[in-house]
Order: sequence, then C-alpha cells, then structure tokens
Amino acid sequence: MRARTHGLMTRKYSDDLRLFGSTNAKLGLLAILLLYAFVPVFVQSAFWLSVLDYAGIAAVGALGLNLLTGYTGQVSLGHAFFIGIGAYAAAKLGGPDDVGLPLPLWLLGATLMGAFVGALIGPFALRLRGNYLAIVTLGLVFLGEHVFRNAKEITGGNSGTSVQTASTLLGADFKDLQFLGQNFSFNQGYFWLIWGIVGIAALLCKNLVRTRPGRAMQAVRDRDVAAEVIGVQLGRYKVGAFAMSSGLAALAGALLGSYQQFVTPEQFNLFLSIQYIAIIIVGGVGTIFGSILGALVLGGLPGLIDQYSASIPGVTTGSGDSGFISVFSLNQAIFGLLIVLFLVFEPRGLAALWLRVKAYFKAWPFSY
Amino acid sequence: MDEFLQLCFNGTALGARYALVALGFVIIYRATGVINFAQGGLVALGAYLAYALGDTATLPFLLAVIGAVLLSGLIAAGTERVVLRRMVGQPVFAVLMVTIGLLFILEQLVTSIWGFRALNLGDPWGVQTVDAGGVVLATKDLWTIGITAGVLAAFFAFFRFSKLGVAMRATAFDQEAALAQGISARRVFAVSWGISGALACLAGVTLAAGPAALTPGIGAIALVAFPAMIVGGLDSPIGAVLGGLIIGLTQALTSGYQEDLFPWAGANLSQVMPYIVMVLILLIRPYGLFGTKEVRRI
Repeated sequence: MRARTHGLMTRKYSDDLRLFGSTNAKLGLLAILLLYAFVPVFVQSAFWLSVLDYAGIAAVGALGLNLLTGYTGQVSLGHAFFIGIGAYAAAKLGGPDDVGLPLPLWLLGATLMGAFVGALIGPFALRLRGNYLAIVTLGLVFLGEHVFRNAKEITGGNSGTSVQTASTLLGADFKDLQFLGQNFSFNQGYFWLIWGIVGIAALLCKNLVRTRPGRAMQAVRDRDVAAEVIGVQLGRYKVGAFAMSSGLAALAGALLGSYQQFVTPEQFNLFLSIQYIAIIIVGGVGTIFGSILGALVLGGLPGLIDQYSASIPGVTTGSGDSGFISVFSLNQAIFGLLIVLFLVFEPRGLAALWLRVKAYFKAWPFSY
Repeated sequence: MDEFLQLCFNGTALGARYALVALGFVIIYRATGVINFAQGGLVALGAYLAYALGDTATLPFLLAVIGAVLLSGLIAAGTERVVLRRMVGQPVFAVLMVTIGLLFILEQLVTSIWGFRALNLGDPWGVQTVDAGGVVLATKDLWTIGITAGVLAAFFAFFRFSKLGVAMRATAFDQEAALAQGISARRVFAVSWGISGALACLAGVTLAAGPAALTPGIGAIALVAFPAMIVGGLDSPIGAVLGGLIIGLTQALTSGYQEDLFPWAGANLSQVMPYIVMVLILLIRPYGLFGTKEVRRI
C-alpha cells in the first residue's frame, strides 16, 4: 500500500501560505459557494434573509476592524464614524437626484471616501498609542455624530436622509432580480450582492495578511519599536491600516444605507462601534475567518432579539408590558456580557474553538 | 461681565464633577494600567444607590450618601476581584474591552432595576440659589465645588501621609520593586478600584442633585471626563483636576458665546467641545499637560 502524506505536512514555505491547498480546503470552498448560491433560494422568509443580510454587512465592517485592531494592534472605537461616512457617501454618490453613479462606482466611491478620511486620522496613530488612541477614536464618534447632525445639506440633519441607490449590475437589478424565469425578492437579491462583496473583501484581506504587508502589520502589532528596528516603516503601515480599515467600514456603511434605504445620524453612535468590537472578539481577533463567523453570530442578533422579544421572559415589548428590561437594554447587556465572557474565558474567540475541533479530527484517532 | 462670571461659575461647578470622575480614572490607571470605561456605569449606579437608600429606605440624605459611597466602593472593588483580576497580564486592548463590556452591563442593570424615569434624589439643595452681586450661584453647585475641594484635600493627604497611600504610590511607580518590599499588589488594586468607585458615586450624587435630575443618562458624564483625564495626562491626579476644570469651563463658555461668535458650527457644539480641546492638546503634547512621557524600549 502506498504511503499517504499527512494533511499537516508541507514541503515548502509556499505550501504553508497556499489558500486552497488541500483537498479539504477545496471541498470547503465548494460547500461555501453552494451555500452562497442556494441559501436565498431555500430560505424564503424575508425575516431570516434580512438577518443574514445584516450579518453580511457586519462581516464587511468587521473584516476592516480586524485588519486594524486584530492585525495591526491599533485600538479603534471610531468604526461607527467611518460606517456613517460610507452610508452618507452612498446616499450622495448613488442617489439619482445627486450624482447618480451606477452600482460598482458608488460602492467604490464610498470606499475611497472612507479610506481617505481614515488616512487623515491615521497620523494620530503615529503619535498616540494604546489607551490614548482608543480615547481619541472615541472622540471621533461624537465629533462625527455632531457633523452628521449639523451638515444638513449632505446628511439631512437630525431627520436623516433617504438612500436611493442604483442597484443594477450587468443588466441585473438586485432589488428586483429575474433569473431563469424566476422572480427574486429584494432580500434575496441583496443576499447575493452583500455576500458576494463579503467574499471579495475576505479574499482581499486574506491575501493582504498572508503576504509581506500583512506580516509587517503583525510585526507592528506585536512590538512596534522592534518592527521599526527591523525595517518596517511604521508610518506607512499604521496609516495604511487605518485607510484600509476605514475603507472597508465605509463599504459596509454604503451597503447598510443602500439596504435600509434610509439612514439617521444616531445610528452611527458608540454602540455601533462596540458591536463591531464584540463581533471581532467573539469571532476571533486577528483572524479573517473569525470576523465572518462573529458577524454571522452577532450581526443579526439585534434583529433576532427584536423579533422574538415577546417569547423571552422578562422583556418589555410594549408600554403596558410588565417586563423588567427593554429590548434595547437587553441588546446592549448581551453585547457587553459576550465581550466580557469571551475575553475572560476564550480570548481568541470562536475561530480558536473551531481550530481546536479541526486539530482534534486532523490527528484522529491519535488526538490528545 | 456678569454673564462671563456666571458662565465661569457654572463651568467650575461642571468641571468639579468631571474632576471627580477623572480622578477615579487616574487612580485606577496608575495602580493597574487600565483605563476603566466602566466608570460611567459606577457613576449612575452610585447615584441610584443614594436614591435607593434615601428615598426607598428613607434614610436622611447625608447617611444615604455615605452609605451609597461605601456600597459603590465595595461593588467596584468586587468587580476588580471577580473580573479584572483574571485579566492581569492580558494585552491593553483586551482589558479595555472588558471594562467597556462592564459599562454596558452596569448601565442596563441600572435601567432594569430603576427604569428610565427621571427621579428625585431627595437632596436638601433643590433649586435654591445664592445671589452674589448679579451672579446667581446654585446651592448644589456651591456644595459640589466644596465637596470636590474637600475630597481632593483628603485624597492628596491620603497619598502623602498614610501608609496605604504611600504603598499605592510605590506600586504605581514600580510594581515589582513594591512587591519585593512586601506590599500586596492585590490589596492595592482592590483599594484603587474601591476609591475610584466611591469617587464615581460622589460625582453621580452631585450630578443628580436637584429636582427630577436622576436619569440613567448621567453615566454619560464619564465619556466627557475622558477628555478631561487625557488633557491632564493619564497618570497625573493634579492633571485630572485641572483637565476637569479646563473642560468644564470650555463647555460652559462655548454654550454661552457660540451663538454670537460662530453660529455656523451647529447647535450643541458645547457637547463635543471637550473632544476638540482634547485633540488640539494631544497634537501639541501627546501625553497630556502633566502626563509622564512613556519610555520606549526595544
């Protein structure tokens, strides 16, 4: 009988870096593609599709935050601000009454806008570290909300603005998709649009972190002085990480605006930033896969709690109800609790749990 | 001129409250190297505890406040013992996030017990004022400034003269050297959190004084006290006090004069002014006015 190489064995460094090297990885990719294609066909419920759509939007933003916080080690509480920039940029660039760009261009425009503003904030990260940076980015959320409320020509002020973006790509309108004689709903079409973008963003991020810039970013995270000594240009990678992270956040914001078709300034508050931080902590800090996993678990959670609040004991749903905690409070408390529990008991998140399970079966039956 | 003096007085009273919260941040930061985002939750919890003891348990106001201060200190020290102690040695990011998680839990705990209604703390000051030649001084603001000054004096005396205070300073200066001298770092951590919780409670009580002023939103003061702490420098108690006053005065003066001077900057500019001041000062001095510059070793 011919000997079979073990799944863990690689002969070259380049084998270690391959994305879809082993048969298992290829099968996994196939399974993901099949899920992507068929989930909206089998999941017809508008509610569950909307949960998945919100999770996808969160995944894009979480990928961005993970590049900055997980890979480059720069704490940012300002993610909500960049998501807001993306949403308003989409409203301006994609709105038929304003600039009226087609789908790929307003998405790209919003992303670039976010990246540009992020690059402006980046230099702060060069001067400030750790705690100081966290609080400056916290200030960013409040300053941003102030600007969103007061720049009425662009953002519509306190009452918000409607986001009517073009949604046609190569003749297919994602808002009203027709394919093989079938009509697909708004939620189904947006599932394909959003998760398609999640796929592209994840691939981009994965390629970034497994090549030279990614290793430089991780060196900055682990010890920035040492990284500088071995020749990593701190300025370039810190500002670059801020730009990429904010760009992805703005992309998520553009998708959010386009999906909700309406945005208001109070959406982009500190709690949104905390939600994204919870996503990467629960999913796994410093993993691409974890950002998406965390978004799947937490991205749709507010919607789920809202939908099933009536059947959770002790939750107030209406004014005459006698529960002790409101839906909003429950949401915040759950996010807070998840952050604390994961950091205390499983700081590497769900991704680490998954890797542990995988390692167990890889070496089976000789796992220990 | 009267308007200016009035604004200055209001700003000082506001700044005194920021100083109390910022001082709490600084104590914890010096002892443990953690910025405690949960301080806002402790502010709200402290004020509601004073309400519960005074209104529900019908204690006299002074006793209720003393009881609430002690309870808040105990709760803060307990939080340190149960949650934060497990995080010793973890990266800054992780510890920071744990305190943010705690903030959200504490806030929701407060609203689920006491609800969102505006409550009456039951303080003896109410809406009384003292007229000082054109400037109206609210009694509760005078008390706030007085309490803050008293607490600050006690605070500096404690760190200067008491054995525990000196031990805390030693631990903040060099943890290992302090341990080698037989100082219990655990005790220092717990006491730091306790003092910080007590200060938060006092800040909460002074904020919630007056008719129907106790709402869960008062915890938001901590978010404005961050700039105060950063402006002064993370590890400097004097900086925290000065930073608090600077931020308080800036806010009061902005709300007074912005309409005339720069109306284009939008309503409620005074709400975000602390952050603008913070960014400007950090651009000039990255470690705040009195903060120690971090030594970077390879």
